[in-house]
Amino acid sequence: MAVTDSGSLSISEPAVATRWPALLAALGMLISYTATAVVLPDDRTDLLYHYYDGGGVTVRGPAMLVRKSAGDNVSVSGRYYVDTVSSASIDVVTTASPYKDKREEFGVGVDYLHGNSLMQASVTSSKENDYLADTLSLNVSHDLFGGLTSLNLGFSQGQDVVQRVDTSFESDINRYSFSLGVSQVLSKSLLLGVGYEGIAEEGYLSNPYRSARILGASLPEQYPGTRDSQAVSVRAVKGFSSDQRPILSSMRAEYRYFRDNWGIRSNTLGVALQRYFGNRVLGEARCRYFQQSAATFYSDNFTSEMTYMARDKELSTFHSHSLGAKVTWYFLDRKYLFLDRMSLNFSHDYVNFDYQDFTDVRTGEPYSFGANVLQLYISAWY
Amino acid sequence: MFVRAAFKTAAITYVLTALLAAPASQAAMPKIGAAAPDFALKSSSGKNLKLNEHRGEVVMINFWATWCAPCRQELPLLNRLHEQYRKAGFRLLGVNIDERPDAARAMAKNLGISFPVLFDSEKRVSRLYDVNAMPSTVLIDRDGKVRYIHLGYRAGYETRYEAQIRELLKQ
Amino acid sequence: MIWTRFVPMLLCAVTLLAGCAGVKSYEREMLADPIMSFSRDPLSDQYLEHVYEVREGARGATTTQGGGCGCN
Repeated sequence: MAVTDSGSLSISEPAVATRWPALLAALGMLISYTATAVVLPDDRTDLLYHYYDGGGVTVRGPAMLVRKSAGDNVSVSGRYYVDTVSSASIDVVTTASPYKDKREEFGVGVDYLHGNSLMQASVTSSKENDYLADTLSLNVSHDLFGGLTSLNLGFSQGQDVVQRVDTSFESDINRYSFSLGVSQVLSKSLLLGVGYEGIAEEGYLSNPYRSARILGASLPEQYPGTRDSQAVSVRAVKGFSSDQRPILSSMRAEYRYFRDNWGIRSNTLGVALQRYFGNRVLGEARCRYFQQSAATFYSDNFTSEMTYMARDKELSTFHSHSLGAKVTWYFLDRKYLFLDRMSLNFSHDYVNFDYQDFTDVRTGEPYSFGANVLQLYISAWY
Repeated sequence: MFVRAAFKTAAITYVLTALLAAPASQAAMPKIGAAAPDFALKSSSGKNLKLNEHRGEVVMINFWATWCAPCRQELPLLNRLHEQYRKAGFRLLGVNIDERPDAARAMAKNLGISFPVLFDSEKRVSRLYDVNAMPSTVLIDRDGKVRYIHLGYRAGYETRYEAQIRELLKQ
Repeated sequence: MIWTRFVPMLLCAVTLLAGCAGVKSYEREMLADPIMSFSRDPLSDQYLEHVYEVREGARGATTTQGGGCGCN
């Protein structure tokens, strides 16, 4: 297997130059072993209704995922997602007026299974009245050691067009992301996963509507033209059995470390417990802790003009806690017509954001808010 | 540039993993031509079933589990082969390896399985035959010798099974 | 960069662990259950991850993959 020489690459080179080395590396993994083969994702359809309410913003809408295999080796999927936004967020009420917006996202994907390798390609297109985003993703998963180890390589390229509703302003963003992952079966009941993702963006990376503050007055934000970030994550799932059933419950823990060249450092920790109650009900309890330190060019209130200035609370120093629960009811657990199984699911997550260096200008205090995230969905397997 | 570093990372990882993975070999199942190891297991009818009792018949042992999707696909097709060739001296033994035999009993009933299901919840026979793929199918001739082994199940395998069963029945 | 050395080392350490696993195919009953996967409902998990991603400065290395949006 040859080591690919990536040559001299830079972000400003056309997409093709960066894509081929990744594809070659991916193809180089297509070595077949006399081992248990990796499988296509399950055929399923999910219909979801989501609702978010917090910080003066309400976002709701439907989402749908349909996946069907064609033969033994190919699976196709389609995705549709809508966000209907009613926004009176702190950014909006302190600098503008409340607005309503709608974002629609379509995605299609193809999965191809060849021996121990699964190749996935997908295209996603997101549209709202002042923002367009198109993304192409390629992914290869390869099984080793009889399926005990799974290696994953992903590459995606995105193009965004940023506009304003009130002017003819238009600019764009090019985004490239590269991900690598390994998942490993450690025992009959323990699974471990390690992942890395690097993202490089260039273009107009700020929000055309938002302003920064300098000594209390407003002025336009100035962002760098590029952003490079890396994230590393570790996750594990441990299963527990009982006398009544081979698997009764599981615990999942994940940690992610993030850093970028804007100076942001972040830690995320999540834990989820899932447990079967009888044959048809599955309960889940989850919690998440997120913490980040501010970007170097972020300030709540600048004292002098700098090259780069931002007052986006997403780039500030803050932490968030969230607590959630989900209930799944397998109301159909045996074959009926063409269906294998169906479930009804409801989840509620409460997320609290606490900002340390972003002030609520209405009160003069550091800003904080809580949000409720609700999901109601039906899943069907066939 | 990080993109270049990222590709180097991928390349190094894949080379090392390929080198590490290359020597990985499968543990040995019974050799083709060797005598099939004898065993006795409780069957769905309640009686104990011994492999050697079927000397003189062509036997197919299929290792399956309720949690294995290709196994579920394969079972109805195996049932058809069992019903078609049993009068000619073909015996199909389904060795189920679920920890809880009740789930296996229920699934076999749902799918209308008529061939005997043997319960190997302690994995004794699975270890004896060193099952390293699910499902696994072993074809044994009238002299009790292992003649064909199939690892896993893909659509179309049942055609191969049928051809091999007919061949062994002629002998 | 640290990522050219640290990440492949970590990934190789994990693959080396494969030698210690020794889980037979007939012992994978628990692992076959959806609650042993990292993401059993991709649509729902992607949505929740999206909720966090548009409000935080960090992104990436989660079990879900996303596209872009102007969600500021």
